[in-house]
Amino acid sequence: MLPYFNQDFGNPSSIHLYGRQARKAVDKARESTAKVLNAKFDEIFFTGGGTESDNWAIKGIAFANKNKGKHIITSSIEHHAVLYTCEYLEKMGFEVTYLPVDRYGMVDPQEVERAIRSDTILVSIMFANNEIGTIQPIKEIGAIAKSKDVYFHTDAVQAVGSVDIDVEDMNIDLLSLSGHKIYGPKGIGALYIRKGTKIVPLLHGGAQERNRRAGTENIPGIVGLGKAIELAHTNMEKNNKRLIGLRDRLINGIMNRIDHVLLNGHPNLRLPGNVNLSFEYIEGESLLLSLDMKGIAASSGSACTSGSLDPSHVLLAIGLSHEIAHGSLRITLGEDNTEEDVDYVLEVLPPIVQRLREMSPLFVQEKGGCQYV
Amino acid sequence: MYSDKVMDHFTNPRNVGELENPDGVGEVGNARCGDIMRIYLKVENDVIVDVKFKTFGCGAAIASSSMATELIKGKTIDEALLITNKAVTQALDGLPPVKLHCSVLAEEAIQKAINDYKEKQKNKVGA
Repeated sequence: MLPYFNQDFGNPSSIHLYGRQARKAVDKARESTAKVLNAKFDEIFFTGGGTESDNWAIKGIAFANKNKGKHIITSSIEHHAVLYTCEYLEKMGFEVTYLPVDRYGMVDPQEVERAIRSDTILVSIMFANNEIGTIQPIKEIGAIAKSKDVYFHTDAVQAVGSVDIDVEDMNIDLLSLSGHKIYGPKGIGALYIRKGTKIVPLLHGGAQERNRRAGTENIPGIVGLGKAIELAHTNMEKNNKRLIGLRDRLINGIMNRIDHVLLNGHPNLRLPGNVNLSFEYIEGESLLLSLDMKGIAASSGSACTSGSLDPSHVLLAIGLSHEIAHGSLRITLGEDNTEEDVDYVLEVLPPIVQRLREMSPLFVQEKGGCQYV
Repeated sequence: MYSDKVMDHFTNPRNVGELENPDGVGEVGNARCGDIMRIYLKVENDVIVDVKFKTFGCGAAIASSSMATELIKGKTIDEALLITNKAVTQALDGLPPVKLHCSVLAEEAIQKAINDYKEKQKNKVGA
């Protein structure tokens, strides 16, 4: 990827040698991306990232198909790139159904089927959730959308490189992905668009990306994404096996060492590196600060970490109370993490939780137990 | 994002705990919003001789509670009532704008604890 910043600086739209070299590099990345999804070469469109892909997919379908209908179906646990785009479309006169999820964060395909109306133009359900890691029954939902002749989009930003994806087998019409979630560069993503899909272009002003996303391509980003997706796919099985081992060691280790902890998300149908737990009686941000001081980078669904008054919409959607959602902790394990890292967390976390609980007015220690006061 | 003072008071909070038979208790906030602060006072001759707190909340909430208890310790109740959220924030070398409400909670917790003390005094005099 690096040579494309300063040595191979050609514009792929040019016919000279440098331009042709750049075109070749873009083509190769497009080929790699298509292969991983079992898509065709000309069904891959490079974008500025996952958020852009989601925006384009949903608005693009909505605006191009508004004569057919104005109804869109999505879920209540989508990324804000999907949810806020849907809210915007509601202001533009579209109707959106936000499907609920069960306590594991799972969408019921039968509910998708029941929600489809004669004027439904799009179903958009994420492949795997970014907070709690739950992997959705995408194949079932795809089959339903196909049988009802409704476009099916999935935000697969979290799933690519961790889950097997086959857009043909799963009947996916549009799929969003992002570079930096698979160890590629930031600021690059892609949208898969099935051939024949009626969608309006994202940007006007040039013939790039088959007239659908104008603007000179981000060549280093595209090359980086192509390589990243290729590597992620090649090593997926091996990486997943290792990550699932680490993940379950961490989850079980924490739950064995600390009382009053809940696992958020599905126990098995979850992303290999995703750990999301709620610690009763304490608030997530103070937990993050304490972990950060020990060199552990984590995140939380607490309101205090988002700058809003409400905790994570995903944690509320799976039925957690506000106070339990405020006490959530997400640890994402990746390629560089080791068993020693997991054991280090297991060593430093219990005293941190204990300290914060002792400070909390919600926590009353009794004979071997505790309760809300 | 936090000043060194905030981190210091978060890491080594002063006056954490509860008081037995406190002369005044004030609790503000709620778990729904992610912040609860409870302050306990021991008062002798209208002087706050001891103070403890318990807080469920973010780093700023814990640091604000700790700083607030430091600011009122040894003060008369009238002096303590003059302590504003601004004073708490300044003493912490500032708080991020989204966390200013934590210092407001600290001010309210102090006032509530002092009001509770005053109520209890009234009842004592009445009895």
